[in-house]
Amino acid sequence: MSEVPADLRYTRSHEWVKDNGDGTVTVGITDHAQEALGDIVFVETPEVGRQVGAEEACAVVESVKAASDIYAPIAGEVVDANQVLADTPDAINQGPYGDGWIFALRPKDPGDMDHLLDATAYQAIVDEES
Amino acid sequence: MPFIPHTEDDIADMLAAIGVDSIDALFDEIPSGLLVGALSAIPPGLAEMDVARLMQARARQDGQPLCFIGAGAYDHHIPAAVWQIATRGEYYSAYTPYQAEASQGTLQLLYEFQSMMTALTGLEASNASLYDGASALAEAVLMAVRANRRVKSHRVLVPRALHPAYRRVLRAICEPQGITILEAPFDPRGGHTPLEALEAAAGADELAAVVITQPNFFGVLEEVDGLTQWAKSRGALAIGVVNPVALALLKPPGQWGASGADIACGEAQPLGIPLASGGPYAGFLCCKMELVRQMPGRIVGRTLDLDGKPGFTLTLQAREQHIRRGKATSNICTNQGLLVTAATIHLAILGAEGLERVAEACHGNTTRLVECLTEIPGVEPLFDGPIFHEQGLRLPAPTADVLRSLADQGILGGFDLGSEYPELDPAILVCATELRTEEEIDSYAAELACLIATRR
Repeated sequence: MSEVPADLRYTRSHEWVKDNGDGTVTVGITDHAQEALGDIVFVETPEVGRQVGAEEACAVVESVKAASDIYAPIAGEVVDANQVLADTPDAINQGPYGDGWIFALRPKDPGDMDHLLDATAYQAIVDEES
Repeated sequence: MPFIPHTEDDIADMLAAIGVDSIDALFDEIPSGLLVGALSAIPPGLAEMDVARLMQARARQDGQPLCFIGAGAYDHHIPAAVWQIATRGEYYSAYTPYQAEASQGTLQLLYEFQSMMTALTGLEASNASLYDGASALAEAVLMAVRANRRVKSHRVLVPRALHPAYRRVLRAICEPQGITILEAPFDPRGGHTPLEALEAAAGADELAAVVITQPNFFGVLEEVDGLTQWAKSRGALAIGVVNPVALALLKPPGQWGASGADIACGEAQPLGIPLASGGPYAGFLCCKMELVRQMPGRIVGRTLDLDGKPGFTLTLQAREQHIRRGKATSNICTNQGLLVTAATIHLAILGAEGLERVAEACHGNTTRLVECLTEIPGVEPLFDGPIFHEQGLRLPAPTADVLRSLADQGILGGFDLGSEYPELDPAILVCATELRTEEEIDSYAAELACLIATRR
């Protein structure tokens, strides 16, 4: 069973979003997603300062099986990217909700968070897929 | 058994299922004016003996001319062993069998090719080849635009002294993808691409990449260190287009400027691939390790199997078409298997020293050719810059006439530069590889002197 922390928000494309409480949010991929991808060997993070639209592809996670786009869950500006992933991409496999975070955004409209899935809704999607 | 997956009955069933009468009816939406119709010019079939006779007659028409044309494809000696080995049953296939469990020999050969190309270019990674030099450059440019995330620009600067066919292929492949190709003029006296010309052509806006040729289309050596440094100072990636034989003598792209070119590509034809009326040839593409995930095409890697034994397999495929579909880094999902096999065997037979001797002989023969030809009144070097194994020559007579008359004497006298660079007319580009003897060079000079004397 993959882990779905109750305090995060989620997307249908398997990103998690955490409200940092300081006007920024952190984004990563879920435990379910990292399990499905397998050993992650390379991560391309977005440039800090880049403006992204909701559902815009802005990072790539490459496993031994496939290279997958990671989408911005909501519109905003990229304010941070996880540099650790350049040397240790498998941090995503080890801790998808911790050291394996991918980038941080300053949402254009903080209210957009409300449109994301909560843990229960996301869990239902995972159950459907597995 | 012919590999035709659908029988007549299968086809009839499928057409019935979609409610169409015939296969032709599937193409109804194409306006009739655009259809070619029956291919009436194709004659009925011939027996093998008749075909052989016809082809031998055609081959005799070619004769065995003395080739003094370079311009992107070169008449080099190919040791007999190259194609003797390349056409062995184990290797002889246009298609590369990629199954690691069944193709260790082929995969190892491709790995050796990659190792040789990285050694020649001084870069860290190579793919297993692309279709030809021009398409390799187009892929290099696409790769650079994807990889250069420091700048948002899709502008790429190329020298006008880059092979004209390469510039056309580059535009055909890259412009529809939103990439702007800018051209920088060459120095009318030296034939090289001056820094000021790059600056003027680039303007103030950002550049994704700068293409640097070594040697350039005129055979002239470029000041690659300065050009590479300039590209880097503009935040652009530096792409080298290089002749692999010249690399035996010249500084490899990986060492250009302070930090080296980022990508190098070129035409592998000079490495054991016959001229064959213009192809098929093979392109090579090498890059720094940091760009390897943007590199298109097949890449063979060495690894260990479950028992800890070394083996070879395709690697870094995660961004290819069969996995990424429309988001693949490129639609190149193959390589030039047979020609790369020949190129690898050719390089293995020559060795580093042999390749260097070939390069020296080419440079020496062309220098000698130019000396002989420029003794003819009115024949002058077009440029005074240093050259590798080609030189532009100004002629005192219309080039097309001269070249035709030479061809009548069994001499392919050079490439008509005016056909691509009208401002240089009347001028030709000549080349003498290691194959050309002193007698052949003298005989060309004598024929040309005679032709020009009678025209004066």
